Amino acid sequence: MAEEVKLLTTWSSPFALRVVWALKLKGVQFDSIEEDLSNKSPLLLQYNPVHKKIPVLVHNGKPISESLVILEYVDETWRQYPLLPDGPYDRARAHFWAKFSDDKVSPSIWGVFIKQGKEREEAFDQIFENLKFLEEELKGKRFFGGEKIGFADLALGWIAERVCVLEEIIGVKIVEEEKFPLVSAWMQEFVKVPIIKESLPPHEKLVTKIRGIREKFLGAA
Amino acid sequence: MAEEVKLYGTWSSPFSRRIELALKLKGVPFEYIEEDLSNKSPELLKYNPVHKKIPVLVHNSKPIAESQVILEYIDEIWNNNPILPQDPYQRAMARFWGKFIDEKALATRMKANFAEGKERELVTEEFFQQMKFLENELNGKDFFGGETIGFVDIVAIVVAIWFPLTQEVLGVETFTEEKFPVLFKWIRKITEIDVVNECRPPREKHLAYVKARIEGLKSASK
Repeated sequence: MAEEVKLLTTWSSPFALRVVWALKLKGVQFDSIEEDLSNKSPLLLQYNPVHKKIPVLVHNGKPISESLVILEYVDETWRQYPLLPDGPYDRARAHFWAKFSDDKVSPSIWGVFIKQGKEREEAFDQIFENLKFLEEELKGKRFFGGEKIGFADLALGWIAERVCVLEEIIGVKIVEEEKFPLVSAWMQEFVKVPIIKESLPPHEKLVTKIRGIREKFLGAA
Repeated sequence: MAEEVKLYGTWSSPFSRRIELALKLKGVPFEYIEEDLSNKSPELLKYNPVHKKIPVLVHNSKPIAESQVILEYIDEIWNNNPILPQDPYQRAMARFWGKFIDEKALATRMKANFAEGKERELVTEEFFQQMKFLENELNGKDFFGGETIGFVDIVAIVVAIWFPLTQEVLGVETFTEEKFPVLFKWIRKITEIDVVNECRPPREKHLAYVKARIEGLKSASK
């Protein structure tokens, strides 16, 4: 049967990027449909009426939303290059770290990005707490998935892909190599993986866009 | 090999109770340890150093935290009475709605409970829209899982039991049968199930607890 795989996306979304990475690692052909989030298409509203967000994967006409849910679906549907490990316990660990990325790490880094002064210092404390756990988890491993990148790496990959952009904009190092050598090494290794490297959004364009978001946010505060 | 299954939880937590329900549905014997969250045990801190929260399932000394992660783990280890469907698309839908309940519905509900004035109106409307989406998912079925309860039903027990209870305590009318006839039909059906009732907090104790918590939250915000 001819597969039809579409991805509703934006060029700068770290959540959409997770899905792109997963599809590319598995060699799945797909069509990218770039959305303008200031003017959402009828297609997006039809395929994700609940959240009206990207990414949305549409497989043979059936839509799936929420990037981590999509990653699971992709892994279960296309079995080559498995993202999740075999054993239930290791799978639970991968799920745990993926959730940790979105529930804890992401808000803490966003906190540092938009806060200033004393509030930012406190936000840094939160980041360091979170990074310590990631540092611990990487002991003896090259990637969270072991020798190759896996589900947790893709979920946490935005750290490797995006933190340098944030650091450039705020002019402060967030992940210091001396403090977090394993996380730093992982970040460098991750973006060197060919599929990851070739999918990175254009750096300058991304810096400009995110700087704009930050200024808008600080201006509105 | 003799299985060792321990659940660290609290009697009033919907997240903890959903794990009890999953284990009981599958007939898995387990040891339950009630945690005092104002005085967390060394075991809890050892088994969940990242979040220091319940529930934590410990299976043959290996800890798993985060309730929906635990539910999936349980389903993989004990595959009688499956919680998740087999088909990848149906599984994705189940996970989507599970996420929706815990990340959206619960948070909106909390905001709606405590917002005032114009904000209250907006949040109540948001809550209504969200719960309508959830209600539509039932789509003529007895349960979210179809003819028997599944992953989404188990996660949604918080809606079936905790939402009406909080509503009763607060005396508000945001979550009513009038507004959500299909959802309330589902609530009636699911709360008729024996094993669900075995795993719910005792009503009077629960009512008193929620009352006290709400009083506490209200006076803390003043």
